Amino acid sequence: MSRIAGCFTRLAEAGQTALIPYVVAGDPGPEVTVELMHRLVAEGADILELGVPFSDPMSEGPVIQLAHERALAHGVSLRDAIGMVRRFREQDDSTPVLLMGYANPVEHMGYAAFADAASAAGVDALLTVDIPPEEAEPVNRELQRAGMDNIFLVAPTTPTERIARIAERASGFLYYVSLKGVTGAGHLDTAEVAERIALMRQHSSLPVAVGFGIKDAATARAVAAVADGVVVGSALIQAMATALEQGGDHAAAMDAATGLLAEIRRGVSAAAS
Amino acid sequence: MVQAMTSSTDESLYSTVPDADGRFGVYGGKFVAETLMSALRELEELYVRLAADADFRRELDADLAHYVGRPSPLYEATRWSDTIGGARIYLKREDLNHTGAHKVNNTVGQALLAKHMGKRRVIAETGAGQHGVATATIAARLGLQCQVFMGEEDVRRQALNVYRMKLLGAEVIPVTSGSRTLKDAMNEAMRDWVTNVDDTFYIIGTVAGPHPYPMLVRDFQCVIGREARAQSLERCGRLPDALVACVGGGSNAIGLFHPFLKDDSVAMYGVEAGGYGVATNQHAAPLTAGTPGVLHGNRTYLMQDTDGQIMHTHSVSAGLDYPGVGPEHAWLKDIGRVHYVVANDDEALAAFHTLTKVEGIMPALESSHALAYAGKLAATMSPEQFIVVNLSGRGDKDIHTVAQIDGIEF
Repeated sequence: MSRIAGCFTRLAEAGQTALIPYVVAGDPGPEVTVELMHRLVAEGADILELGVPFSDPMSEGPVIQLAHERALAHGVSLRDAIGMVRRFREQDDSTPVLLMGYANPVEHMGYAAFADAASAAGVDALLTVDIPPEEAEPVNRELQRAGMDNIFLVAPTTPTERIARIAERASGFLYYVSLKGVTGAGHLDTAEVAERIALMRQHSSLPVAVGFGIKDAATARAVAAVADGVVVGSALIQAMATALEQGGDHAAAMDAATGLLAEIRRGVSAAAS
Repeated sequence: MVQAMTSSTDESLYSTVPDADGRFGVYGGKFVAETLMSALRELEELYVRLAADADFRRELDADLAHYVGRPSPLYEATRWSDTIGGARIYLKREDLNHTGAHKVNNTVGQALLAKHMGKRRVIAETGAGQHGVATATIAARLGLQCQVFMGEEDVRRQALNVYRMKLLGAEVIPVTSGSRTLKDAMNEAMRDWVTNVDDTFYIIGTVAGPHPYPMLVRDFQCVIGREARAQSLERCGRLPDALVACVGGGSNAIGLFHPFLKDDSVAMYGVEAGGYGVATNQHAAPLTAGTPGVLHGNRTYLMQDTDGQIMHTHSVSAGLDYPGVGPEHAWLKDIGRVHYVVANDDEALAAFHTLTKVEGIMPALESSHALAYAGKLAATMSPEQFIVVNLSGRGDKDIHTVAQIDGIEF
């Protein structure tokens, strides 16, 4: 069983929801990321989602766009992100890590070369925002060969009959985009999310994680009540950016992110009890 | 316009692209977030239905005739041709269209699609502002709400077009992310579309983006080549020996080339922006110096670094300043049907001045790239041969840029 499947199974047995923080590899600096990953795990992260910096992050709101720009200013690449996971694995062999990014850096590296390098480094899965199922066959083949999961998005606009087709190609979990919009948008409708997740469960037995628009303990708790996983990205990245703007150093930025994650962890866990 | 797609009985290579998945060989496709997949499917279904609908075609043809002012003339540049002494050069006068460029052929078509879909709001990306102006123009005519995304850098460089769009009732939204130019404006337009997909139609300005855009923009622009083909036969009794057009995203070029693709005797040259020279890396010539990759919804040739990050581009012409190119051009390059070449900034500027002085026609800096190469090509050919150059836009918008380069301040 993959690390991701094992994680969801274990949490389901304990009646818990997975907490999945998202940070961008190399933001705010390349030396921060591995330590930040360990600290997020210490504060209750169950799965880590590491963003791969890209020059044109089309699905991101302003907060995560700036994170990509900060990482790119340090020249952080897809290979660097894989290297960070390799170093993370030196001390943590159990927490699942997935890379989330855009097609071009992966395509440029080559799907086979990527799958080999990423799986050797201990990366568990790939989520490419702009590779829908229609375009996924070539990358899927390589991920499967390397024993990695391929995470697909399901959106509020996804027709019912399409959910099953997406689920056929997906493994690990389904990532439900909770709103029409970009990351960090502020109009999450939890009742609608609950309805959509119920529909997804009719068409797939994969766990469902929800992302986009979850920013604090209250929204995390509401979503955790209906989902198997909760993804938090923009809120953590904004907390780090704010700490840096206020004159804090990288340690202060990490404190801000882990402090917020601890709060959100309490919200997520409260949903289970 | 759409006859190219619907009435073709020839099952040759060129009428089979894109395939059902929107691919031109290995290029094209639909590389977008899941949220947009339904909207793209809906657009494709509507377009395929309307393209075969006689009433829709009549509606579009009437707009092209009475609003855009088509057909545009095919003009023999006699003095310029005489100076060169080689092949005769004919100019397809897209600069005489309403709003001054070929862009309006496409916005008129897409706005009609928006109207048929019942969308009340249209959005567009723009670089130099020509596509933004063409979109704002048709939005004003149809009473649609219009927002145009434009890189902050381009807003500064193209203040006149920004004001033009405002006069037309559009809102111009400066984009401050990334390199603050056309590619970032396109990113921001995609972000807006994913947020407002229910009531918004995204009018993409070139033959790029996810399927079905490269196909439908091509079909709307093919009116250029269909007219040029008929005009060549009427005026010269035969088809041209060569076609020349500039290529940024590539919509004016595909519009001219496509109706001639099956005519083996017609050579075709797509002219990319060489900027300061391809060797300097300061250019916008992905077909000449780039490699395949995925950006803005399709697989195509891109200017990218060794990590797959999209590179900054440079061209004196804002309309060619884009790191990608339409996927059909990528395919036409690979199969060898079209030759892709470059003209550098200085060559384009020289052509701008030449045509203005010798013919009394001030070309857009984009089109000046095509003219620069056509001049060189004509010199290698005989006076019995003739070339059709797509004069895709007029140069009024570039007067400030040219003046600045010549050291003149107003």
